[in-house]
Amino acid sequence: MIYLELFWSFFKTGLFTFGGGYAMLPLIQSEVLAHGWLSAEEIVNFIAVSESTPGPFAVNISTYVGRVTAGVCGAACATLGVVLPSFLVILVVARFFERFRRSRLVEGAMAGLRPAVVGLIAAALLSLGRGVFTRAAGEGWLSLLVSATIFLLAAVLAFKKKHPILIIGLSAALGVGAGFALGL
Amino acid sequence: MGKREASGTPGQLFLTFLKIGAFTFGGGYAMIPLIQREVVDNRRWVSEADILDVVAIAESTPGPIAINAATFIGRRVGGLKGALCATLGVVLPSFVIIAAISFALEAFEGLRAVRYAFWGIRAGVLALILKALVTLFRQCRKSAFAYAVMALAFVAVALLKAGAIAVILACAALGILARQMGWVKS
Repeated sequence: MIYLELFWSFFKTGLFTFGGGYAMLPLIQSEVLAHGWLSAEEIVNFIAVSESTPGPFAVNISTYVGRVTAGVCGAACATLGVVLPSFLVILVVARFFERFRRSRLVEGAMAGLRPAVVGLIAAALLSLGRGVFTRAAGEGWLSLLVSATIFLLAAVLAFKKKHPILIIGLSAALGVGAGFALGL
Repeated sequence: MGKREASGTPGQLFLTFLKIGAFTFGGGYAMIPLIQREVVDNRRWVSEADILDVVAIAESTPGPIAINAATFIGRRVGGLKGALCATLGVVLPSFVIIAAISFALEAFEGLRAVRYAFWGIRAGVLALILKALVTLFRQCRKSAFAYAVMALAFVAVALLKAGAIAVILACAALGILARQMGWVKS
């Protein structure tokens, strides 16, 4: 049943994400792609929507995937799934706060998880990037050139700490401008 | 936790976290300054010193940081009911806004201008992920062990097509082993 599937997929995603923001990306990617709920391209599109709307990425993407797959009820199931592990784990941890904070086991696990998340996001970026640029190349070298130019320009702005929404807006404007100008 | 914490009703918790959920873009770490302002400076539910512990806990438990922080602070301030209200508050704005936007996206995705816009946006978003990756890399404590785990996780997923969950479990286990053997310091 789709509601249960959505709930369970996002429950796993919530349970195995450590750290904020894009730390969830590798898990989202594997669950959502495996089920065919969104394509790699649609995931990247949605990241832009999520950056430009309020709230945590996790809630935004689970609501979106649930909604487009199975309506508003699907959105509720997916969002409940992504939130529930946090909620339950924190209720337990809050009871044993001092012990949790000083635990060598937790410290050790985090020493492994922090660098793991870096490696996982690098892998996710590689696979999403391959998807986006392969598609662009499929529409001709001009399309690939425009994508690469926008990527480089956006990277320069991102590393100059410009606001993500500004970067997304500019990328959109360049996409529209280049698209109509070149008739791609 | 300190003793000078003010008490709050479930209604106050709900409204405070509703505001936090509605006014932070990007989520995760972007939410921490707003949580700090609302919860420490305005409401005085958590002391300045303790908020750092809240962030540390939120980072080292599974799930999004915003949800973890909301549940934790809600539980401390108003028990189970407080935890429920704070969590619901932080989730609700996202849920409503995205559910509404998803209909608009479906309606307009066929338009040529929209397709072109997303074509440009995709390249821009890759750059944003790259930036986030570099930031995380810089924040990560550097050691031979950390570099080895990064490489291992990357190779396992990118080349060997291992599942993300399996890799996360394996790396957590490696970290615990490394801590016990004294390869990494606290």
